[in-house]
Amino acid sequence: MRMNNGMNFTRRDAMHLAAAGAGGLMLGSPLSASAVPAGKAKSVIQIWMWGGPSHLDTFDPKPDAGPDYCGPYKSPIETNVSGIRICERLPLLAKQADKYSIIRSMTHGINAHETASYVTQTGRPVGGDVFPCTGAVVSRFKGVDAGYTGLIPPYIVLTKPQGRFSESGFMGLRYKPFATGGKPSAPVFAVEGVIQQGITQARQNDRRTLLNSLNTYGRMLKQNPQLAEMGLCKEQAYELILGDAGKVFDITTENPKLRERYGKSDFGASCLIARKLVEAGVPYVTINYTGWDTHKKHFDLMNNKLTEMDRGFSTLLDDLQQHGLLDSTIVWWGGEFGRSPKVQWEAPWSGGRSHYGKCFSHVIAGGGFQGGQVIGASDETGSEVAERPVYPWDLIGSMYEQLGIDPAAQLPHPQGLDVRVCATEEDGITIGGRLREIMS
Amino acid sequence: MRRVRIVRWVSAVALVYIGAGFSTVCYAQTAESAQIDQLVLFRLNERGIPPSEICTDAVFIRRVYLDMIGTLPTKEEVTVFLADSNSGKRRQLIETLFDRPEFSDYWSMKWCDLLRVKAEFPSKLWPNAVQAYYRWIRTAIQQNLPYDQFARAMLTSSGSNFREAPVNFYRAMPQREPKAIASTVALTFMGMRTDRWDEDQLMGMAAFFGQVGYKETAEWKEEIVFFDPTRKLCCPDTEKEVVPRLPDGTGIALDPHTDPRIAFTDWLVGSRVFSNNMVNRIWYWLLGRGIIHEPDNIHADNPAQNPELLAYLSQELVKNNYDLRHIYRIILNSKTYQRSAIHNKGNLSDETNFSRYYIRRLDAEVLIDAICQITETTESYSSDIPEPFTFIPENQRSIKLSDGSITSPFLDLYGRPSRDTGYLAERNNTPSAAQKLHLLNSTHVQKKLNNNKALFGMTTQKVKGKKKPQTVWLKPDKAVEGMYLTILSRYPSDEELQVALDYIKDSGLSRYDASVDLVWALLNTDEFIFKH
Repeated sequence: MRMNNGMNFTRRDAMHLAAAGAGGLMLGSPLSASAVPAGKAKSVIQIWMWGGPSHLDTFDPKPDAGPDYCGPYKSPIETNVSGIRICERLPLLAKQADKYSIIRSMTHGINAHETASYVTQTGRPVGGDVFPCTGAVVSRFKGVDAGYTGLIPPYIVLTKPQGRFSESGFMGLRYKPFATGGKPSAPVFAVEGVIQQGITQARQNDRRTLLNSLNTYGRMLKQNPQLAEMGLCKEQAYELILGDAGKVFDITTENPKLRERYGKSDFGASCLIARKLVEAGVPYVTINYTGWDTHKKHFDLMNNKLTEMDRGFSTLLDDLQQHGLLDSTIVWWGGEFGRSPKVQWEAPWSGGRSHYGKCFSHVIAGGGFQGGQVIGASDETGSEVAERPVYPWDLIGSMYEQLGIDPAAQLPHPQGLDVRVCATEEDGITIGGRLREIMS
Repeated sequence: MRRVRIVRWVSAVALVYIGAGFSTVCYAQTAESAQIDQLVLFRLNERGIPPSEICTDAVFIRRVYLDMIGTLPTKEEVTVFLADSNSGKRRQLIETLFDRPEFSDYWSMKWCDLLRVKAEFPSKLWPNAVQAYYRWIRTAIQQNLPYDQFARAMLTSSGSNFREAPVNFYRAMPQREPKAIASTVALTFMGMRTDRWDEDQLMGMAAFFGQVGYKETAEWKEEIVFFDPTRKLCCPDTEKEVVPRLPDGTGIALDPHTDPRIAFTDWLVGSRVFSNNMVNRIWYWLLGRGIIHEPDNIHADNPAQNPELLAYLSQELVKNNYDLRHIYRIILNSKTYQRSAIHNKGNLSDETNFSRYYIRRLDAEVLIDAICQITETTESYSSDIPEPFTFIPENQRSIKLSDGSITSPFLDLYGRPSRDTGYLAERNNTPSAAQKLHLLNSTHVQKKLNNNKALFGMTTQKVKGKKKPQTVWLKPDKAVEGMYLTILSRYPSDEELQVALDYIKDSGLSRYDASVDLVWALLNTDEFIFKH
């Protein structure tokens, strides 16, 4: 019998939920969100550009603004969509531009990592409760609560969680991601807890028997409900250890040529694993891609990192399409903000870019979003939004719509407060509007 | 052939070691602790619930270490305590633990959870102020600052966040307008949630905080909290100035030149809600459930399970000049606290009357510290928020982390509170499959398991005629005994010892690997993961 494998699912939770439902605290059961049409998208792969990537040096080049703005990247390249040009360091992505759309008018105006990450990932203004990020919300509405029974937990982070605003906010432990840990590009990707090198299956079984024999106290308190709950968790954990979960994280069986195209970097391997996870039905995968907080030696770092990103990201789009998964998978690329359009040539930065939340770029592909489009525009130096501002809540709300998540559905709140999936003008925000231009 | 012979049994003997039954317990109880027991027993008798027996010494030492100092006793501490035949040894142990630095560490951690001590998001203390605030809180706990003075220092504070550390109370909240301050004060010091209050009641209390001002200085992230008589709180609808009104409904005449927070604090520390909230929280911390539960959801429709008990503890706090250790002491020395967690025929379903000790999973920080202590390993912590980065010395315990913004995947996984709201429920000790997976099979834990060779019974000795030191193994039964004392704070039963010895002999594994597996198994027992 396959048990419910939402990693944070516990019997006690189930009882709480049932009780809360009966008490009327959770009106919006995810299963009864009826008025909302079923979504086109089933899964999301979020490439989180941790630290905030420069918009000028990726998807919004400004060669005409002069070297103080564009630095050495003076010759953006044409893509396979006429009229769209991106940074010259992204030649492979240039060949895939028909698959994604670029939002060049992202804005929230916040220049602090923590706060900007919060707003960009939750689609919520700052203040009051700490809301869950997109992955936790999707996990709520596409995960165990909504009948997800996959072996792999419904919300995966490759590899390190941000821990910054604790991902699930007030929704708590139950909706936190499963963070894989480990090194995806290593010969064996030791997914924390799932894959253990050097312990054979036989020894795992012997250990399990030994543990059962030595669990004296657990046997004495067998009827204690808390211990019964722990026992259930143990059974679930063993399904992952001894079952087939490890195979989904194993990329050594993939075509070597394909692996080469993704690149042998951790990011490249993560992109390939993300495809496999989505293929296995996991609704939300975040790739936390670090290293974009380039205050110093910006262009040196970018020269290396852009090549790595270009391979992984472009191959992911192509590979998803080859597998027939792009139509049902949203790929979301972006960080907490962009970087200052004007290069800081002076010491101590010596060619760096600082945080910039007033205007930056995000990229969105698949899952019902049309490719080959540019939404909004920045001004001639990339400093201000020139047209069609897109706020994080506009983008995230559009994704929820594509996923068939009711924007007015209730989120489970520990104090039983009535809080809904999407922020509205009542929350004191300016709405830029859903991305209708590219939503089919 | 690698077949393990493992005895399956339900042991009666094991009860001797970890259960109830066997009594080496002697009592020299104080009148106050006896009074607590009487009040608890009265309720139990009324409801016909038989209490569990008093726990054994081995259970007691582990429990009281974990509850008082968030730290596992060492093997040496356990053997000395178990061998001690002094009838007052439990009382003496409690006194010793008050003086341990870990007592201050552990209770600072609990207080910092309530006071939302973290560098960034959603409240922004920033690292320097976190350090100042943390040091002040820890010193107050270490010196046993009377609780009324502790609260007063925070509530009436003014000055720089670096120099007058208690002002950070007013900074460690995501919103700083008078209503939000009042809500935080009510939650922290009254155990009440103002979203249940009438708007008038909240506004009346908020008016006492209507003149809290904030200003920056030229120094990076320095902020002054001060009394600003030019400010006033006006009702958003009528635009009239709100008249301060105490939460109990009484009005109060205020001198316009005096900080109204002083009048509020005078009322608060003299009120019954103030002392009730504190003793109820301590009871919750030590016994796993509040007399009013949840302890931070006190309101008319959520009555105390045992009002007489609450009143008694509250009165003891006031009578003893708000000495918090007095409350800890009288609870810890009570039979109620020292009951076994093992249920009897009549009290399995009791989850509210304290007829037994309610088991709880170890707190995230306590758990990782215990694993590190057993395996003689450390954890690495650093903060990337905000720059410049903070690095924590490798050997620092996790219960000593001052900044809620500094965390690890392990702590997150095991439900360490994010310190966003100050609600007790933010700390989530509910078991999950992901936690179990981590402890059973993660590289993080497996690496640690290999570290402490002495725990396996392995030593190296110089041997005559050999250049290199030679590996010498302790006799297997001694090694197993050491593992039990180190990990579970007790001796193994005969059956357990036999299972372990058989595993070493028959598993087909090397002595080393078999030892790793034994340590692994003991770390994964329910007995280890729970306070019991």
